[in-house]
Amino acid sequence: MDLWSLYSLMKKSRQFEEAVTRLWEDGLISGEMHLGTGEEAIIAAVVSQLRPDDAMAVDHRGSAAFLMRGVDPVLLLREMLGQDEGLCGGRGGHMHLFSKEHLAASSGIVGAGGPTAIGFALAAQYLRPGAIAVAFFGEGAMNQGMLMESINLAALWNLPVLFVCKDDGWAITTKPGASTRGDMGERVRGLGADYIDVDGLDVEQVWRAAQHAIERARAGTGPTLLRARCVHLEGHFLGLVLLRMARNPLRELPGIAGALIRSFLRPGGGSLRERLAGVRLILSAILATLRDPRRYSTNDPVVRVQTALMSDPGRLKELDYRIEAEISFALAAALQEVIA
Amino acid sequence: MKTMYFTEAVDDALAQAMNVDTRIILFGEDVPMLRRNLLVRFGPKRVRGTPISESAFLGAGVAAAMAGLRPVVELYMVDFLGVAMDALLNHAAKLEAFSGGKWTAPVVVRAPCGGGYGDGGQHEQSLWGWLAHIPGLAVIVPSTPADAGGLMFAALQHNGPVIFLEHKLLSESWLEFLGSGGRHTVHYEVPAEGARGPVPHKWEPLPIGKAVLRREGNDVTLVSVGIGVHRALEAAEFLEKDGVTASVLDLRTVSPLDKEALCEATARTGRLLVVDEDYENFGLSGEVAAVVLEAGIPVKYARVCTRTTIPYARGREDQILPNVERIRNAATVLLHYRRRAN
Repeated sequence: MDLWSLYSLMKKSRQFEEAVTRLWEDGLISGEMHLGTGEEAIIAAVVSQLRPDDAMAVDHRGSAAFLMRGVDPVLLLREMLGQDEGLCGGRGGHMHLFSKEHLAASSGIVGAGGPTAIGFALAAQYLRPGAIAVAFFGEGAMNQGMLMESINLAALWNLPVLFVCKDDGWAITTKPGASTRGDMGERVRGLGADYIDVDGLDVEQVWRAAQHAIERARAGTGPTLLRARCVHLEGHFLGLVLLRMARNPLRELPGIAGALIRSFLRPGGGSLRERLAGVRLILSAILATLRDPRRYSTNDPVVRVQTALMSDPGRLKELDYRIEAEISFALAAALQEVIA
Repeated sequence: MKTMYFTEAVDDALAQAMNVDTRIILFGEDVPMLRRNLLVRFGPKRVRGTPISESAFLGAGVAAAMAGLRPVVELYMVDFLGVAMDALLNHAAKLEAFSGGKWTAPVVVRAPCGGGYGDGGQHEQSLWGWLAHIPGLAVIVPSTPADAGGLMFAALQHNGPVIFLEHKLLSESWLEFLGSGGRHTVHYEVPAEGARGPVPHKWEPLPIGKAVLRREGNDVTLVSVGIGVHRALEAAEFLEKDGVTASVLDLRTVSPLDKEALCEATARTGRLLVVDEDYENFGLSGEVAAVVLEAGIPVKYARVCTRTTIPYARGREDQILPNVERIRNAATVLLHYRRRAN
């Protein structure tokens, strides 16, 4: 494990997604934009251990995995800008990234990475012995039937798969307490796969766990689900209303609160108790957002590694500068068409 | 006159119905937040969130309807129905026939649909033709706030499964949630009359399966649903400047299809142009042609639909979705065809 190269991947991804954020804010990206900021340690720790013949099934938040796998940032940016020269000719967009040469496929359907990864792994068993497939998804996907079915099938057929659950504790605006019962580890083990629970903010910890799981998969001894807890610094997607409320309550709350109060006071409907229970649900989501760990820099995996690498500030500074320059050049190259 | 936004009208009609009929409950992913105004009035027992488990909660909605509730099951997008299609295809739609007409599942499945804001081909489909293909499902695609509220009110009284689709460009809240996200730097082609409009003071059910003529003309009949109606109306304005008068028929429901209104409006002009944001092949546009041909109406026919997977790139997307220019051109070709034939 080389902390410097892991940091390099993470920093590059962060820099890239900060550029994407500006493009989105400027309206050059039109619809949804799901960033992987906050999960860089997980993606870097896993992707850095993949071999050229391994495969990836990623979710709607796949830019970081594609970038770290070696896809040209200019191609990714051009894809997001909807240009013909983009990775997928501007036809897919960030939720539907595909790279045949990297055996990397995305899906905007929650949980769909499960069947995709086990299919890639099945093909590997026949065509590329020793190769594995990785699936990246969030903890919300753990309630999707096709993912549970995939874990069972992977265990049954002893498929070389690593399931990576990037657990940020939010399914858009829903907390796990409102969506899930039981214990994830028991569930995964009950389906016949191995289960490892790690701190997804600690790249070294994720790397070691992933190394173990990947070795196990390559050796043909079965699938593992690696659960890595993290914090999505920008929530589910850019512009998420809960985050906007938390960050700028004076601007966001009046419009929302007015309609809520009018509806709360409308005659007819639930009892006062029921109505108050409804209000409490909304307030608890807002409070959970306010209390979110995302505002502490210790929960930023990039900052964490940076702190660890401060032992050599000169090298760190130089590396940061090189990465910033690389992404700036990529952005300039991608924007050429827009400017012209 | 009282006016409302599109989704505001749907929620208002829902609230009026929920107030009277305690069997109505709502559930789906993030519903407590998406329908927060209903949550604080009716409480968490009637407005519930779900895990991301569409096949379970949609199937549960169907069976709960069989057992006496009137669930409104909300999906994040009609595209995501793919995960849970079995509940509709093999269960909700079949029950009435299988039970010899003795049992139905009065479930309402509510989902945003449609494109034009840059979310790509897995999040912007229409799919009403795909759903209407299945006997036993009613499929509603309203084009105005008044219709949206009135048809939701009707869906809640309907004695069988109903799919209720809200186009995201018409829905103020979905477009904000998925499109602009608080930005002022993006622009979408939102038809003003569809996004906000007059609504009745008290909701009454509109008949499911009744089309409405939005505009009368003598030269060509434009037939559409949802946002396509507004694109057709705008094209009709341009056509009028070209000296052509167009009728615009808003089907309002894809299934059941108002064959009578369709045939009447087509027979009047002898030229039929279907505007359908759904896929062109094997869908609503072909069905409309079949209905008219089966009725023996001599007609010149054309269609403006979506032919391919919807591309992510905004410029390309606007070209492949039925837009005003495509409709105007297709109508012009249709008119020339007739003249040449004469």
